[in-house]
Amino acid sequence: MTDSVQIVYFCTQGGLMKKRIEDLTVIENRRLAESFFLIKVSSPGGLPEINPGQFVQALVTESPATFLRRPLSVHDVDRNMNTISLLVQIAGPGTERLSRLNPGEKLNLVYPLGNSFTLPSEGEKVLLTGGGCGMAPLLYLGRKISESGVQPHFALGFRNRSRILGHDEFKTLGPVHLSTEDGSEGHRGFVTDIPAFRDEKWDRIYCCGPEPMMKAVAAACIRRGIFCEVSLENLMACGLGICLCCVVPTTSGNLCSCTDGPVFNVNDLKWQTSG
Amino acid sequence: MADLRIKIGPLEFRNPVILASGTCGYGAELEDFMDLSELGGIIVKGTTLEPREGNPYPRMAETPSGMLNAVGLQNKGIDYFEKNIYPHLAEYDTHVIVNVNGNTIEDYVELSRRLDELKAIPAIELNISCPNVKKGGMIFGTNPASAREVISAVRKVYHKTLIVKLSPNVTDITEFARISEEEGAEAVSLVNTLLGMAIDARTMRPKLSTITGGLSGPAIKPVALRMVWQVARAVRIPVIGLGGIMNAEDAIEFILAGATAVQVGTVSFIDPGAGTSIVKGIEKYLVEKEFDSVSRITGLINRN
Repeated sequence: MTDSVQIVYFCTQGGLMKKRIEDLTVIENRRLAESFFLIKVSSPGGLPEINPGQFVQALVTESPATFLRRPLSVHDVDRNMNTISLLVQIAGPGTERLSRLNPGEKLNLVYPLGNSFTLPSEGEKVLLTGGGCGMAPLLYLGRKISESGVQPHFALGFRNRSRILGHDEFKTLGPVHLSTEDGSEGHRGFVTDIPAFRDEKWDRIYCCGPEPMMKAVAAACIRRGIFCEVSLENLMACGLGICLCCVVPTTSGNLCSCTDGPVFNVNDLKWQTSG
Repeated sequence: MADLRIKIGPLEFRNPVILASGTCGYGAELEDFMDLSELGGIIVKGTTLEPREGNPYPRMAETPSGMLNAVGLQNKGIDYFEKNIYPHLAEYDTHVIVNVNGNTIEDYVELSRRLDELKAIPAIELNISCPNVKKGGMIFGTNPASAREVISAVRKVYHKTLIVKLSPNVTDITEFARISEEEGAEAVSLVNTLLGMAIDARTMRPKLSTITGGLSGPAIKPVALRMVWQVARAVRIPVIGLGGIMNAEDAIEFILAGATAVQVGTVSFIDPGAGTSIVKGIEKYLVEKEFDSVSRITGLINRN
């Protein structure tokens, strides 16, 4: 009976992006590679507007060691099917429990949360770069960029061949360049070593991935004067800007990566003090 | 229908559920999830005279049935608050209370004096129990003489409802509650977070930049409940209970132990609509148990 109870409190106040708490239904849960899973959930009330870069806070049930929700990037949105895709990497008991969700089960989400990437202008040349679970928000971003009439290019980095996540959907949107640290597939090294990243002229580079990767990408962009936005994955409790735990030092002081981010322009970050 | 109204000093609250400081921002952050006018009140985030950046990241660690935080009173200071935040708060149809912090007694006094002048703020919560700052905070709340001095000084300049937020990191919390009562506070709220720490065995490093932090969540509820019960028996002023309340049943336990009102904190991070759900749950409980008002069950376990 409790499963059928729909907890939906729609926003009663003004504001463009209304947040909600809702029980969504798991449609699909598929293992992509090693510890990576793709979970597709459907909203009974119909999806709200969701922008690329935004995230959800997923409630983890039946996991006694898990107290807080787990922040997950929106990997993709399918308006026709009324579904959101979430990319989950098992990092502990909470994400392990999420990886075992069965179709038909409920997943309670607080969403949509955070700001979003700035879309490019017509005619701009843009590269979306990321690695591991950090590539999660790049698919939806690529889709939105493609819909806006700009061709997205992707540079995706992985540790080795066995950790490469399916990227066929990326290929439907634009050229995909791969790198692996051991050279077992694609270019050997990091995303910043990929010739397309290094040598071509980009107007915008978007990045989401492990912090060392984002810092390397940011440093290269600052040096070359390229507009660059990164999506941070700081530890957070609430996702709503009330606990002030996920802060990142910026030129405007400590800001919450959940509400002022997760997307930041690299020129606004003071990364030398946050590492 | 049950009468949920309660009184703290001269101030009447619509119901006994108040959002705890540091877990509800300035209220607006939670408006998508609940109607703030259905709450007894909200206590907005810890405020200081000067703007503060707080402690470095990482400031949070999840722990069994709870979490540690080491935010360190990040806020934009009273000038910014008065100019940019207060005008919005003044429009809320619920009691908006400000949590007051300082490094020195002079800081507490000056800030309280400033807040005394803000008409839409009917009460302050004097925070002498923040465990995450190097100066002030818990230093006042763990030393009886310092506690008396700061409460007494603030009482002289603050003419509205004064609530003192007590630290659980003491041997006998009733001593601090008695001091608060003697110095003229209208109420005490307890407990603030318990001092704790977490270490990452994998990286062999502390999980918080400050090494220690404040523990909250259901992990601390039995400790908080015990302290609320002790304090409710030790003083005549109202006690506001908090610490690990996740639902209406938890809130009712604090009321049965002697709390006139409760504060709802960490649960809002997981269920941002918890505050008003708890109000409804308390009312439902009273109706089912055939009590016509919440005051009938306040401290019920102490009555036999």
